[in-house]
Amino acid sequence: MAVGVDLVFRQAQVSGGQPTRFVGADNYTRLFDDPQFWSVLVATVLFAAACVLATLAVGAGLAVLLTRASRWPRLALSLAAMAAWAVPAISGSTVWMFLFDTDLGLVNQVLGLDGYNWTYDRYTAFALVGAVVVWHSFPFVMVTLYAGIEAIPKSTLEAAAIDGASTWRTFWRIMVPILRPLLAIVVIQSIIWDFKVFTQIYVMTAGGGIAGQNLTLNVWAYQQAFAASEYGLGSAIGVVMMLILLVVTLLYLRTLKRSGEPL
Amino acid sequence: MRRLRVADMLAVLAAIVTVFPIYWMVLAALKPAGEIQSAHQRPWTLQPSLDSFRRVLTVDDFGRYFLNSVLVALVVVVVSGLVAFLAAVALTRFRFRFRSTVLVLFLVAQMVPIEALTIPLFFLVRDVGAAVPAVGLNTLGSLMLVHTAFTLPFAIWMLRGFVAAIPDELEEAAQLDGANRFTILWRILFPLVAPGLAATSVFSFITAWNDFLFARTFIISATDRQTLPMALLVFFKPDENDWGAIMAASTLMTVPVLVFFLLVRRRLVSGLGGAVKD
Repeated sequence: MAVGVDLVFRQAQVSGGQPTRFVGADNYTRLFDDPQFWSVLVATVLFAAACVLATLAVGAGLAVLLTRASRWPRLALSLAAMAAWAVPAISGSTVWMFLFDTDLGLVNQVLGLDGYNWTYDRYTAFALVGAVVVWHSFPFVMVTLYAGIEAIPKSTLEAAAIDGASTWRTFWRIMVPILRPLLAIVVIQSIIWDFKVFTQIYVMTAGGGIAGQNLTLNVWAYQQAFAASEYGLGSAIGVVMMLILLVVTLLYLRTLKRSGEPL
Repeated sequence: MRRLRVADMLAVLAAIVTVFPIYWMVLAALKPAGEIQSAHQRPWTLQPSLDSFRRVLTVDDFGRYFLNSVLVALVVVVVSGLVAFLAAVALTRFRFRFRSTVLVLFLVAQMVPIEALTIPLFFLVRDVGAAVPAVGLNTLGSLMLVHTAFTLPFAIWMLRGFVAAIPDELEEAAQLDGANRFTILWRILFPLVAPGLAATSVFSFITAWNDFLFARTFIISATDRQTLPMALLVFFKPDENDWGAIMAASTLMTVPVLVFFLLVRRRLVSGLGGAVKD
């Protein structure tokens, strides 16, 4: 990390003989003056927020469903989820691309959308990538929360059922408070992971989409560092991302602390 | 009873939706070339062929790349598991100044996008390699070291919950019976944290196994030290539409992770839930 911070202040030379020199905050002022930075930043935050919410909703919903299902459906769903978890990001992205391929994709053929390209439009492209991100990341949330729910004493849940509490109410009033430490891990990790989504976007939108319409900060940083050889600028984006995540996480930890859950 | 059946149907439906892309991947890998190019995709094939797999498996030195990948992943799993275990015990069992600061720093370490770090790390590995050749450029050691560093923060956070869930009385009783710190650590804490280690090892394994960014950056000339994702990357050119080979390569990359998952599955479920205190 220190190396990354260090590099921001220098104009790095990889092949040339010129030594690196200290350029102060130049890389940051250039970054903040760039209008593209702000639009990419907004897109990243919205995309990550949508992914986190969808992942948590799907994961928690299916975890509760698992506790209600009988043996075989439960085994089927947990095995399916673990399989989706195990698929490497690059493989998963290409398979979904194939499913949504313009001509050869099953989805277009079934829906009769011949020749429709899902990655041309900015929003369908983001939605498609988001679906893949959720598909890859909900299993962690589901398995973790399911295991946590199973660890709650049966008598507590039975008491709620006898008192006539609905599934919805039981979830919010009993499971969520008891599982708070576990939820903290799941929420923080989801935020960190989804804010840094790289492979899915890079593979599915061919490096950020048409005219960079699907760029997120992480992909943009990579483009700057590798394609444009702007290592300093790339590192600056990385540091900005880290600071944003740090602020979000600290705010979340503080609300946890206020509700009585010490770190 | 009716309510239960609805839950079962929803669970099965969710399982089918989840597993469908994987089924499609394996199916496309087994389809003959003509069927993949067809404008009428069928969800089955009557003439399964191994042509696509053959094309992928004839990559030069496939076996060596595969072994390199497995070796890196296993070393990362073991080393980061051991180090994370010791760190988790230290962070939960001892009170010291800046303890929460250290904890937050482990989160911060995960927040840095690794894509932005490849170039700085390239210089670091090059310079370190000058002093310690075993982890320099073109070595598997450099990959092991970097992946261990990147998997540790998450592993420590996960394991912390497990260690915290073990009652102090257990250690106190052992101490009264004359057990020293080392015995307590390995004979009492370690077996109890084992399910948690299974959970964290899954993450370490996936991180190390999936990586191609660092492999491509650090292994610049020694082709016999390449890893599998690097070798398979040549097939990932969607614009050429060789979907059969892409799907076969994807399948081959997924199988070892699936095997690892099935090995730790039982412990995984009890493991992840163990992070709940009390």
